[in-house]
Amino acid sequence: MENELALVDWSRAQFALTALYHWLFVPLTLGLTFIVAIMETIYVKTGDVWWKNTTKFWMGLLAINFAIGLATGIIMEFEFGTNWSNYSWIVGDIFGAPLAIEGLMAFFMESTFFAVMFFGWDKVSKGMHLTSTWLVALGSNLSALWILVANGWMQHPVGMKFNPDTARNEMENFWEVLFNPNGVSKFLHTISSGYVLASLFVIGISAWYLLKKREVLFAKRSIIVAASFGFLTSLFLLVSGDTSAYNVAQNQPMKLAAMEGLYHGEGKAGIVALGVLKPEEEILKDPKNPFYFDIEIPNALSFLAHHSTSAYVPGINDMVYGNDEHGIESVASKMQKGKLAVQALTDYKKFKKEGKDEKAQTALKTFEKYQHVMGYGYLKEPRDAVPDVPIVFYSFHIMVSLGTWFLLLFIVVLYFSMINEIENKRLLLILTVLTLPMGYVAQEAGWIVAEVGRQPWAIQDMLPVGMATSNISTTSVQITFWLFAVLFTALLLAEIKIMLKQIKIGPEGGH
Amino acid sequence: MFDISLYSFQVYWWFIVSLLGALFVFMTFVQGGQTLLYTLGKTEDERSLIIGSLGRKWELTFTTLVMFGGAIFAAFPLFYAVSFGGAYYVWMAILFAFIIQAVSYEYRRKPDNVYGERFYETLLFINGSLGIFLIGVALGTLYTGGNFIVNEMNLSKWTQHSYGLEALLHPFNLAFGFMLFFVSRIGASLYLYNNLNNQEVASRLFKTLKINTILFLPFFLYVLFYMLLKDTYIYDSTSKVVTVESMKLLHTLLDNPLLLVLLIMSIFVFLYSIFIALFQKNQKAIWYYGFSVITIVTILLFIVGIEHTIFYPSLSNMQSSLHIENASGSYYTLSVMSVVSLLVPVVVGYIFMVWRSMDKTKITIEEIKSDHHHY
Repeated sequence: MENELALVDWSRAQFALTALYHWLFVPLTLGLTFIVAIMETIYVKTGDVWWKNTTKFWMGLLAINFAIGLATGIIMEFEFGTNWSNYSWIVGDIFGAPLAIEGLMAFFMESTFFAVMFFGWDKVSKGMHLTSTWLVALGSNLSALWILVANGWMQHPVGMKFNPDTARNEMENFWEVLFNPNGVSKFLHTISSGYVLASLFVIGISAWYLLKKREVLFAKRSIIVAASFGFLTSLFLLVSGDTSAYNVAQNQPMKLAAMEGLYHGEGKAGIVALGVLKPEEEILKDPKNPFYFDIEIPNALSFLAHHSTSAYVPGINDMVYGNDEHGIESVASKMQKGKLAVQALTDYKKFKKEGKDEKAQTALKTFEKYQHVMGYGYLKEPRDAVPDVPIVFYSFHIMVSLGTWFLLLFIVVLYFSMINEIENKRLLLILTVLTLPMGYVAQEAGWIVAEVGRQPWAIQDMLPVGMATSNISTTSVQITFWLFAVLFTALLLAEIKIMLKQIKIGPEGGH
Repeated sequence: MFDISLYSFQVYWWFIVSLLGALFVFMTFVQGGQTLLYTLGKTEDERSLIIGSLGRKWELTFTTLVMFGGAIFAAFPLFYAVSFGGAYYVWMAILFAFIIQAVSYEYRRKPDNVYGERFYETLLFINGSLGIFLIGVALGTLYTGGNFIVNEMNLSKWTQHSYGLEALLHPFNLAFGFMLFFVSRIGASLYLYNNLNNQEVASRLFKTLKINTILFLPFFLYVLFYMLLKDTYIYDSTSKVVTVESMKLLHTLLDNPLLLVLLIMSIFVFLYSIFIALFQKNQKAIWYYGFSVITIVTILLFIVGIEHTIFYPSLSNMQSSLHIENASGSYYTLSVMSVVSLLVPVVVGYIFMVWRSMDKTKITIEEIKSDHHHY
């Protein structure tokens, strides 16, 4: 049992490590590919070589980032097999398809046109080169679409049916999987967050040039392009964030409750704009007051979750212990039914093998009755259904606060750029430079909300992470975890140093 | 509209997986070139030229490998779960070898790259040698098997605590690994001969081509004859009970003369490609090489999955062995994926088009030096 726990924890740690590192690089690629495509379009439209050189500079930084993003990405796909082999079988029939389509539709497009984008300036026509740059942007965003379709499906499984004979879930409707509202809103929210980060990256570096009083024209023009892009995509980020939270409320109410530190459900629930959580033991004694201090926006959570200011939003305790008044079943009850489903499936397989068809059919009926809560049958304690609340709560609030700050910053930077005063606003430029690392913090915080918030589920309500791991020794995973940690850190160090050096060198020629 | 059986989809997808595996083997000329960097490039400029040429293709090789994995995951998820989740150390070592490739091209010549140029070149060598060798070992286990069991819920477990490293003890797997290593270097020689405009490097290529062909052939012949003549697991189409048949893969070829003829023809084309490069100085040899390698590898991978052959034998429990019927995705998923696979010709088409326009003029040292974004 202890060993099982250690295995799942190390497997989670390894996957989290890979995902967190991967996520340091991907959002920038998602956005920067578009920004360089816009800059190159200006070059092709105006014929001004200055824009070509500007495009090339940002492209150079993109390449440094792209390589390490690719390196960490390949591991994620294969880790589903190496560390989550039970998962790979139980849902591979559904989950594998988006990954394969991602490879075919997105990766090949990216990798083929990437070569033209970087090495084809003098080998293909201007139009062909510009098309290639846009196709790289499209390819990287298409890649995000398919991976987030897969991820969205894990958080809200649709379009499938459990097959007791093969003991796995099988796809029944591809379109439901593709247009899963959870996946679509995740995709839109994620790519727009990438655009925002890329905008922060461009204006942050440009602001540094202005502070150093070098590359002034280059910096000012880059800021205008990036701040405009950042402003528009920030608005989109806000809207898609709202849709995303609405979907979470509908499909993952436990995650929403953790995001808001809501232990005791209520109508007219407010959003905690700022708050400090008490330790869990204290909260359990008085779940109505989980904060040492908090600033709340009244009714906002009810509106966010159900588009009604008076709607009831269940709290963590309502879901763990049940709430008859609101028809919420307790986790303990679901666990009991889940265990019946697990046993019925075992019986079904056994009777079928022995040729006892009648008994097999009876077991199958029991299974079908309770299979919707089968995942709960693998939990040990009712509170296992609750994610780590402080991590989810603080990550969510950091993400939202920073997102709001980014929008304000884009507005101010854009305004001063438009009136050609930006280079004189030293404090604003310093703030802009300091905001760049905050963009990465917001990205990681968002990912933590999404992934820690859905624990303990690998597939929501269906498959807990403990059941999804490979049957390998904990030591094996520990070894690879540390190897990955050392390698990724070493590569990250190199990436940062190279990037900083390239920024110091600055755009070559023409400025 | 069309009444296609589940078995037909399974065979189709086994073919697609085999083809992707074969495309990957062809594309490993990139890795082969990485291992020849110091053999072919004697000056800094020459090495940059070679890296510059390989660097325009490395992503396609990488993508083909990812696609190979993705197709297995989607079409044969039980194999994905059993092999990746069991032969853990081998797959992890392969992953490490590929992570280091991606950054090495980009970071090698960049100022302030922390570890120095030689460090990244060493990483490229590790990727080209150990990475390819281990992929060969992993592919070898399709013929020699793995130590796993699959329970009634189709959940799998590896029975050896070496988690896949035991595959290194089987001579066939080792030979498979060495075979891939040497063929990647043959491919590299032919590719660089085609892609570069540099007399010094070209003059060294011929020696490399000769040596690697001589080293490749014994491993290839051993692998070919061993797999065709060995006892192979098969399964009954109705009861699915696994038994053994002597020389099964040879029988499959004899039962499918088209495959046999294609295989023999492709082996001759392969030898012909080397011949015309060495003795006729024909720079188009890479295309003959590409056709032959893709055909040979596709056939050798394809025959291990068809005609009720076990494509992943279990050494721990024969009845746990995997075949295309018990390891595959559902009918619905395979049919959806088959529709998606119709995009393959489009993808191949634009890759070909782009490749042609990028490679119509051969790369020179001057071009590499003047390139803003060179590796």
